[in-house]
Amino acid sequence: MREITYLEAVREAMSQEMRKNEDVYILGEDIGVYGGAFGVTRGMIEEFGPERVRNTPISEAAIAGAAVGSALTGMRPILELQFSDFITIAMDQLVNQAAKLRYMFGGKGKVPMVVRTPAGSGTGAAAQHSQSLEAWMAHIPGLKVVQPSTAYDAKGLLKAAIDDDNPVIFYEHKLLYKTKSHVPEEQYSIPLGKADIKREGKDVTIVATAIMVHKALEAAKELEKEGIDVEIVDPRTLVPLDEETIVESVKKTGRVVVVHEAVKRGGYGGEIASVIAESEAFDYLDAPIKRLGGLPVPIPYNPNLEKAAVPQVPDIIKAVKETVQFK
Amino acid sequence: MSNHALPAFITDERLVELYKQMWLIRYFDEKVDQFFAKGMIHGTTHLCVGQEATAAGSIAVLQEKDKITSTHRGHGHCIAKGATVDRMMAELFGKVTGYCKGKGGSMHIADVEKGNLGANGIVGGGIPLAVGAALTSKMKNEGYVVLCFFGDGAANEGSFHESLNLASIWDLPVVFICENNQYGMSGSVKEMFNIENIADRAQAYGIPGKVIDGNDMLEVMNTVYEAVEHARSGKGPVLIEAKTYRWKGHSKSDAKKYRTREEEQEWRKKDPIKRFKEYLIDKGVLTEEKAEQLREEAFQEIEDAVKFAENSPEPSVDTLLEDVYA
Repeated sequence: MREITYLEAVREAMSQEMRKNEDVYILGEDIGVYGGAFGVTRGMIEEFGPERVRNTPISEAAIAGAAVGSALTGMRPILELQFSDFITIAMDQLVNQAAKLRYMFGGKGKVPMVVRTPAGSGTGAAAQHSQSLEAWMAHIPGLKVVQPSTAYDAKGLLKAAIDDDNPVIFYEHKLLYKTKSHVPEEQYSIPLGKADIKREGKDVTIVATAIMVHKALEAAKELEKEGIDVEIVDPRTLVPLDEETIVESVKKTGRVVVVHEAVKRGGYGGEIASVIAESEAFDYLDAPIKRLGGLPVPIPYNPNLEKAAVPQVPDIIKAVKETVQFK
Repeated sequence: MSNHALPAFITDERLVELYKQMWLIRYFDEKVDQFFAKGMIHGTTHLCVGQEATAAGSIAVLQEKDKITSTHRGHGHCIAKGATVDRMMAELFGKVTGYCKGKGGSMHIADVEKGNLGANGIVGGGIPLAVGAALTSKMKNEGYVVLCFFGDGAANEGSFHESLNLASIWDLPVVFICENNQYGMSGSVKEMFNIENIADRAQAYGIPGKVIDGNDMLEVMNTVYEAVEHARSGKGPVLIEAKTYRWKGHSKSDAKKYRTREEEQEWRKKDPIKRFKEYLIDKGVLTEEKAEQLREEAFQEIEDAVKFAENSPEPSVDTLLEDVYA
């Protein structure tokens, strides 16, 4: 099977759907001839034209609201928010409008839209362009939250997100854009709410999201040398969350480390840890649940400081060893 | 009262219906006011007594396929867009027969199928939604116009600026109608704006701006009709500022310390219903007797709506989690 990048997979998922469904269109800042800040939409305006690849002014509130209003009236918009940090400026439209309209209206109307947005640190863009704010959105009933970690997952999950009749926040990790994996050429869908076991193992479970899946895989390779067999569960979607796959894995291994890039305090890892603690897996735990997340600090500019602010492979190795060695 | 030529579908018969509709709007909100005073409805509400002409007049000139977005002070818009007062009252009572099955309340009444995209509890929150709905009309070539209501308070939200610019650069079929009722909660327009007319901001977006007497039914109908057809023809949005006044306080807890009795009395003299009645009688399409009869009919319809609401069942707690997701 051919290999393409995560970025190409996202673009392909959009383009294939737009060829099939006239109601699907994309709007966002600099997504026209510029091709988007990260190049995801490059070539799309040439294929689909400026009516369906809508280059917008720098007006996050209005373009988010325009996406909601057009979704409510029959379109299926994909909104590219240039950096996920800018969700702060679009927040009213996503949290108070998109997420709630259907419920407030007594079940009438629906808001089928996708907000695609690059998240995470590692590019040296500092505090206002490097955050991982997914826990905010996961907190809001009415929204769905997706965090693909591979090109294969990105394509299938984006197809499912576009097909979904609800507002879906689709986080793309910037450092994953250039990563490659096997991706079928034809359209396929990965159901929202289905976790993926990225590596099978028997000694300890790591529940990791987005780029941390890759760091966990690296850590697992090192740990294997020391005879520790790691299982890695990638939830892929935070809302809905595949609790069953996580709980089953922990029941099997009896030990678990939860890792994400977002700040640990109030991060989604707390939710995952709680799900485990409240489940039947609690009785199977041979060690306390361990959480790894970003430090409570804005992402700094200096590369060494930036790296130190979020979990790295050695941190994961250390956490796993502590968990495994717990008596 | 101005006397322009009205669009052809505004027949004399329709004008008389609109007169009754204005009373229906007024009595609906008067009744709700009484219920709140007696503690018979919980939550909060925002009443549009005194603003009936901006709701009834501007929606009267729309076609059935046209859509509206409304505000927290939206009961009048809902009635004018064809909502039935019994289901509206039931919603305020939190009953399952209400427009939102009792889950939305006063600030969230919507009737998406009828083109009412909802009242909105966030000041300025509905403006971008209107732009999006207008974008659908343009992209799907559906030919409808969106009439976007908001108040003077919302004109100082960022969403106002972003939305008007976006609608303008994309030539979208949307008419922005600012019901300037002089106060955003307690904030007077004199205190919160350094310009005379909010509609003057239109030139900043390269679109037409019009200031009208929002208590003059005919001026409202004529101006909105012209604006809606301008937007429908592909020439882009228009901003209308309708100067009006809310007779009641902002919401149920308002002691109205920020304005004077004299000011309130001055505006009561400009009662839009009274002025419209005088026009219709003068035009020979309405008599005092008929006017009185219509007023009484409207009163009775609200009484019946109350009975319907009172006799409707409460939503089952089992329905709590329904409709969060489609």
